[in-house]
Amino acid sequence: MLETIWFTLWGILWAVYFMLDGFDLGLGTLMPALAKSDLDRRLIYRAMGPHWDGNEVWLITAGGVTFAAFPTTYAVMFSSLYSALMLILFALIFRGISFAFRDALPSPAWKALWDWCLTIGSFLPALLFGVAFANIFQGIPIDAQGIYQGTLFTLLNPHGLAGGVLFVLLFTLHGSLWLAVKSAGDLHQRAARLAAGLWPALLIVAVLFLLATWRATHLYDNYLHHPVLFLIPLIAVAALIATRVFIHRAAWWPAWFASSLTIVATTLFGVVGLFPNLLPSSLNPAYSLTVYNSASTPLTLKIMLGVALTFVPVVIAYQVWAHYLFKDKIQEEDLAHEEAY
Amino acid sequence: MDALMLSRLQFAVATFFHFLFVPLTLGLSILIAIMETIYVRTGNEDYRRLARFWGRIFIVNFTIGVLTGITLEFQFGTNWSRYSRYVGDIFGSLLAIEATVAFFLESTFLAVWVFGWNRLSPRLHALSIWLVALASNLSALWILIANAWMQHPVGYVLRGGRAELQDFLAVITQPFAWQIFFHTISGAYILAGFFVMGLSAYHLLRKQETAFFAKSFRLALTFALIFSLAEIVQGHFHAGEVAKIQPAKLAAMESHWHTQTGAPMHLFLIPDESRDRNLVEFGTIPDALSLLAFHSPQATVKGLKDFPKDERPPVALTFLAFRLMVALGFLFVVLTVVGWFKRHRLEASPGFLKVMLYAIPLPYVALQAGWIVTEVGRQPWIVYGLMKTADAVSPVAVSQVGVSLAAFIAVYSLLGVAAFYLMRKFALQGPEPAVAPTHSGGGLKNA
Repeated sequence: MLETIWFTLWGILWAVYFMLDGFDLGLGTLMPALAKSDLDRRLIYRAMGPHWDGNEVWLITAGGVTFAAFPTTYAVMFSSLYSALMLILFALIFRGISFAFRDALPSPAWKALWDWCLTIGSFLPALLFGVAFANIFQGIPIDAQGIYQGTLFTLLNPHGLAGGVLFVLLFTLHGSLWLAVKSAGDLHQRAARLAAGLWPALLIVAVLFLLATWRATHLYDNYLHHPVLFLIPLIAVAALIATRVFIHRAAWWPAWFASSLTIVATTLFGVVGLFPNLLPSSLNPAYSLTVYNSASTPLTLKIMLGVALTFVPVVIAYQVWAHYLFKDKIQEEDLAHEEAY
Repeated sequence: MDALMLSRLQFAVATFFHFLFVPLTLGLSILIAIMETIYVRTGNEDYRRLARFWGRIFIVNFTIGVLTGITLEFQFGTNWSRYSRYVGDIFGSLLAIEATVAFFLESTFLAVWVFGWNRLSPRLHALSIWLVALASNLSALWILIANAWMQHPVGYVLRGGRAELQDFLAVITQPFAWQIFFHTISGAYILAGFFVMGLSAYHLLRKQETAFFAKSFRLALTFALIFSLAEIVQGHFHAGEVAKIQPAKLAAMESHWHTQTGAPMHLFLIPDESRDRNLVEFGTIPDALSLLAFHSPQATVKGLKDFPKDERPPVALTFLAFRLMVALGFLFVVLTVVGWFKRHRLEASPGFLKVMLYAIPLPYVALQAGWIVTEVGRQPWIVYGLMKTADAVSPVAVSQVGVSLAAFIAVYSLLGVAAFYLMRKFALQGPEPAVAPTHSGGGLKNA
């Protein structure tokens, strides 16, 4: 029971991370397509400035919870995905540094350097998280000792790459909607047009991915046993359609929330299908890591649950407050304050 | 080289680089919070400018500290998966708690502080930097509790091939954890104090904004003086704790080879590890080691020769790092005490100011040396007495670790240079000009 609770929380943590950092990573990826001037770029940085770091902590927490609740999974997953994770790590370092460094010097070459770091540092994690999770859903070649029998290129199979493309599209749509919310004028128009343009691409890739999932994974087994679970992918589809409706009505906050729900439901669709596995082995189902054979002791799980139930609501409360504090559209005057970034 | 050696090097590079930034974050956040609180209470505009001036440097430092911290969390899984599996039940939960109670708080409220100058009342704005300071120091507490458990495992039971949690309270209340915590944060506060004093000295020497920088110098001086003194006293008891629970580390710290009662201390010695002895020893103080380590001149201090060769840490490195740290610790007391007597005539003491400017790197050296004593002195164990470092490494390809190590060295070098350059630039540039704030919500009227 405790293991199941922690599996659920584990899935929710990843889903919330993708929902929150998703808009930063997506918007960073799109910056070259959206910004026409240095002012546009500064507005885009500013739209993410107060949020990216707080969003990234959800990743650290998701990693920490994997370590704490399912240490064997953490050990095997992180060492198996070594090269992919290192790439994500370096990308996130460059992405984060660009916020602090970009406007520290007036030189255009310096700014251009960090602009590229932001874009590549946003695109790579978006792509690689998709690749990693599609591979986890599908299973990776781990043996009885939990030793990975593949390379980085093993992960770049068609299903994995499809997952990568799906994540990039989910995040870029999410990011363009965020900018549509946060900006005005031309920049807002471009973000709105791009969001409308990305939507059909996302729809096609999402449908293809769902079909490929049927062929490449066992995710649907749980759904066939408990058809009520089909509500989760249905919510994902409904939220995706609602996103389009809100884009059409130029209702940007609702569109962004619908896109958030799409990301959360899509992630949970995969996670629910995975249960009770955390990391299936493609070599032999007996080698798979599950919530039962890789969990921490009930004592640790109980203590962690106490900590989570006490502190996570507090975290959510002050993060919501912080988002509310910075809810306004970014205006040119906001940049004049020179508030450190 | 094998994956073990490369992984150890990579962990060393990642930790040392991370730890170049973290101590300043721990101490400077508190100093900035004090400055802004003085502003809120007195309405003295200089203190608002001080908070903003040091805040700008703080943000560069903080950002790099945060981003390089993720590396450490990832590395336990990527490079030390056997360790992670073995200790996850205890160590993993401490990391997860750190993220939940500290990282969210510090990241969210730093953003509130940075972007909130004109959106929050001065009181709430000052509160947000206090929360950043509290959260940074809380995160130090949790990670050091985790480290202390690796140094001195308690509250566990070995079952099913791993260490399982048996007594959570024992893990978080063990005295060694709190010793490490107080020792590390005092070091961090000394570092931040010297950082602020050194840069203030630079401007005082150039007669720029002297009233402004005299204020920050004196604030930092008080802070550094208190913690330099505390560090000496606490460090003494800390070493006593090491003597009890990690005798091999103590022996290496003192390059002490023969078990004896009334063990002496040598003011100067050169260790010769290959022959299990010291090449040169002089300035011998009888019974001093026994007295310092166990508070009794006749206490027995176990020598390195009585530990199996494969359970001894590297002696020369541990010894040198310890001596260096202790010498610097005493120097910090001398400098801050001298500063205390000169605090009202700083501008008339250019020699002292120059010394303080060039003293900025010294606490950095002392803190890194301290980490060498802690971590190298614990070898060959990753979890003291339970698991050796050699048994902890991931089954990953040498090429993978080689490539990532090379990438870490390259990326961190570039980042280090860029960060140093920017912090130097912001520091030398001085504060923004003194003008009353014109935006609503900020400034004196709400103070």
